[in-house]
Amino acid sequence: MEHIVIIGNGISGVTTARHIRKLSDKKITIVSAETDYFFSRTALMYIYMGHMKFEHTQPYENWFWEKNRIELKKGYVKTVETTSKTLHFADGDTLQYDKLVVATGSKPNKFGWPGQDLEGVMGMYHKQDLDKLEEHAPNNKVCKHAVIVGGGLIGIELAEMLNSRSIPVTFLVREDSFWNGVLPNGESEMINRHIKNHHIDLRLSTNLKEIRSDENGNVKSVIIEETGEEIECNVVGLTAGVSPNIDFIKDSEIETGRGVKVNRFLETNIKDVYAIGDCAEQHEAIGNRRPIEAVWYTGRMMGETLAQTICGNRMQYNPGHWFNSAKFMDIEYQTYGWVFSERSKQDNEAHFHWKHEDDTKCITVAYDKNTSKFLGINTFGIRMRHDVFDRWLTEKRDVDYVMNNLTEANFDPEFYSHYEAEILSAYNQELQTA
Amino acid sequence: MSNKLNHSMSLAKPDALDITTKQKVALAIGIAGLFILTLALLNTDFPNKGLFLSLSLGLITVGTILYSREAYLTKLEGIKNDGQWFKSDSSRGVWGWVLGIILTGFYIVLYFFEELLGLGQGINGTNTGLISLFDPLSQLLSGRPASQWFVYGTLYTVAILAFGYKFMLKYRHNKYQQLRTGSVMFFQLGFAFLIPEFMYRMNSDLPYYDLKNMWPLNYYNFEQYRVDSFINNGNIGMALLILGVASIFIISPFLTYKYGKRWYCSWVCGCGGLAETAGDSFRHLSSKKMSAWKLERWLIHTVLVFSVVMTTAVIYTYLGYDPDKYWLTREVFLISIGAFLTIVFAVIMIFKRNELGKDAKFGAIGYFVVIGLLIAMHFTGTTEQVFFIKAGALKSAYGFYIGSIFSGVIGTGFYPILGNRAWCRFGCPMAGILGFQQRMFSKFRITTNGGQCISCGNCSNSCEMGIDVRHYAQKGENIVRSSCVGCGICSAVCPRGVLKLENDSMKGRINPTEVLLGNDLDLMELVNQK
Repeated sequence: MEHIVIIGNGISGVTTARHIRKLSDKKITIVSAETDYFFSRTALMYIYMGHMKFEHTQPYENWFWEKNRIELKKGYVKTVETTSKTLHFADGDTLQYDKLVVATGSKPNKFGWPGQDLEGVMGMYHKQDLDKLEEHAPNNKVCKHAVIVGGGLIGIELAEMLNSRSIPVTFLVREDSFWNGVLPNGESEMINRHIKNHHIDLRLSTNLKEIRSDENGNVKSVIIEETGEEIECNVVGLTAGVSPNIDFIKDSEIETGRGVKVNRFLETNIKDVYAIGDCAEQHEAIGNRRPIEAVWYTGRMMGETLAQTICGNRMQYNPGHWFNSAKFMDIEYQTYGWVFSERSKQDNEAHFHWKHEDDTKCITVAYDKNTSKFLGINTFGIRMRHDVFDRWLTEKRDVDYVMNNLTEANFDPEFYSHYEAEILSAYNQELQTA
Repeated sequence: MSNKLNHSMSLAKPDALDITTKQKVALAIGIAGLFILTLALLNTDFPNKGLFLSLSLGLITVGTILYSREAYLTKLEGIKNDGQWFKSDSSRGVWGWVLGIILTGFYIVLYFFEELLGLGQGINGTNTGLISLFDPLSQLLSGRPASQWFVYGTLYTVAILAFGYKFMLKYRHNKYQQLRTGSVMFFQLGFAFLIPEFMYRMNSDLPYYDLKNMWPLNYYNFEQYRVDSFINNGNIGMALLILGVASIFIISPFLTYKYGKRWYCSWVCGCGGLAETAGDSFRHLSSKKMSAWKLERWLIHTVLVFSVVMTTAVIYTYLGYDPDKYWLTREVFLISIGAFLTIVFAVIMIFKRNELGKDAKFGAIGYFVVIGLLIAMHFTGTTEQVFFIKAGALKSAYGFYIGSIFSGVIGTGFYPILGNRAWCRFGCPMAGILGFQQRMFSKFRITTNGGQCISCGNCSNSCEMGIDVRHYAQKGENIVRSSCVGCGICSAVCPRGVLKLENDSMKGRINPTEVLLGNDLDLMELVNQK
């Protein structure tokens, strides 16, 4: 019986395993050094905030794996020997595979800051990071102040986490507005204000120079690059993005760049070795996507696709229309299609932006200014239907159609106020004056 | 490493999640109100009972209101679940158990030892103790002294109103939650509490009737004494009797078809009302295990069959034999029940058998055979008693085990241990019927938003009915479950906007998918086809 070994028990690896089991009788082993069972990484924050316990972040009960004959092995893979198809573990153990799937995800970026390895400095990615945070920041007596470095999705989540335990937070963001490499200005600025409304000390255009230590090797303070200001703190969260977690592969035959290099079939340069999820890097980016897509949904899609290939139905990774979502403190965000920030948008991309007066809801609709084709939408504080936008993008609808039919896409709970009329009249007005 | 399971019993926990000074004051005010009740329970004879009762209920209400305002209005609108698994009272900690034991004790006394509350213990059978404290209010409303049920009803109503206010503040950004809570507060205060008292004042021969409380939740509605007094009270009585029957066969099926069982369970019902308001802090404690779901399916349907059998037997005993005196004889009645059950059974098996799980099929067939056999035995046998057992014995067994122990002592007393909907989930026969219909014939579902789920588990965690909502959401599948009471909290807490409660057409309501929206269209078709 063919033995499929998957390194990594995140969404990509587990999706692959589940679909292989649905399609075949192959022997499946999932290897992880992080946890015994699959959990939802995106839910780690809710454990610290006390909304859930760790067990609630596990989508499958523990009996699920044995029942579906998916073997779980806890261990850290040190090296991969592709000629003999053998994994060598840190504890000396070995494991033979017939087909290998690398799905090891990401690790937090560290940019060589002085003091970045001190006690009390941590990312917020692995289960172990959460344990460390619980140790260093159980309450605002032990952790009197925390500094977060890096203004992305994980940074703002970490800020929300610390805020839930009344720990004062200083949030250092390199850009001149929160996440404005991705978000258009109107949205980014609304989130700036929302962060400040939560009494978080948001510092824009601010870089970290160094982290200072006390006599015991613990974090004592950080120094700001621009001003030289020293901020006393007990915890420093490094959330300046992530990169593929593939150090153990670097010495093997498998080709790597920033991630594990794969073709559209998610195959590496070595036969029977595949890579999916955050750690995979496409030779050439697909459409407007990045070569490395470190997103929950793309990891799942790659897993769904690869399972087909492994079970004999060789298939390209061919994602549909882009979508994503996040939550910034109390404001939900969804995106369908492509809406680029001012920094990265192309000449033909025009935006219509509407913001509600309460400063917690807004949308940005991107369209082609030459052809009026609808390109995508960002929506904040208003839920929209995925299938409706997916269909409109496939049908290549123009922006007028989308704006006139926005009600069809609304996904807010019943009895919520609707803003489509207001949005449409703002849109009509803007186009007339433009 | 376990996360913060170091429960502290100290009111001044060394913890950032500690309550504020204002909240401590509010807590003290509320406890002062409870203290008056405790004194009354210990037979303190207050001089001006009306004043002290108002003071007590007022302090409890004001304390809850102040506490809630400090908890929620000091923060921005949004989801307010911080620390719910850390706090001792809401995570089966010491305080949770203490609260559970106090509530359980209260229910045991209420149901079985009403004399301890002071019912009729005074001179000439007047009330003493806690019940006497409530006499002035009862006299005011209906002109009679209080009973233990009046005391219970009053406290129940105060709890729903005060904690309903708290819930509305907690979800002040969510219109659905606000309206729903306003609805349960209205139905409790008006229908369950005030109207029955006023009805008594207008016509004291009518039985106590909470108009929205329908059979089989109101399992005693068709007992002889009630039916007699309905019939003997002219048009109003007949109207009430007709309402009771219409509720079962017309009103509730229609509303459940259109809106799902939520129209009752989380908008109208009194048990649901208490669970959604005072019980809200315990909703995450319900078990989401597969094994709990299996137990639930057997238990709730067994209770339902029990209630049908019991009610049939009770009605049977007071019907006559002679069709010349009244058309509804014992025989006609039993044949009608048998025919009705057969029709329901046949319709399900013909049109909906593909939607039934294997055990549901066995269960349905098994129960149907049992009921059919028992009725057949009646017609062939000689026994005077339907189902071999005396109807009276069935009735008191049901009243004791289901009506008192299950719904009261366990259902509410165990809030801090089993979650706030243990009765609704495992026991309520009404929920069983409505749920059956919701699963088979209703426009209601929780729609899953394409591929947006991140499997975080907030939805499952906050489901008071123990539905593993995530199991469906992460597959892109709509949630169509008989137990769902439509409280809408899963949708509220979802951080990615994945869930929406809605009424739409029956077609395509149940939509299992293998590959989710967002992936290659060909792959989706290939995999989802089979």
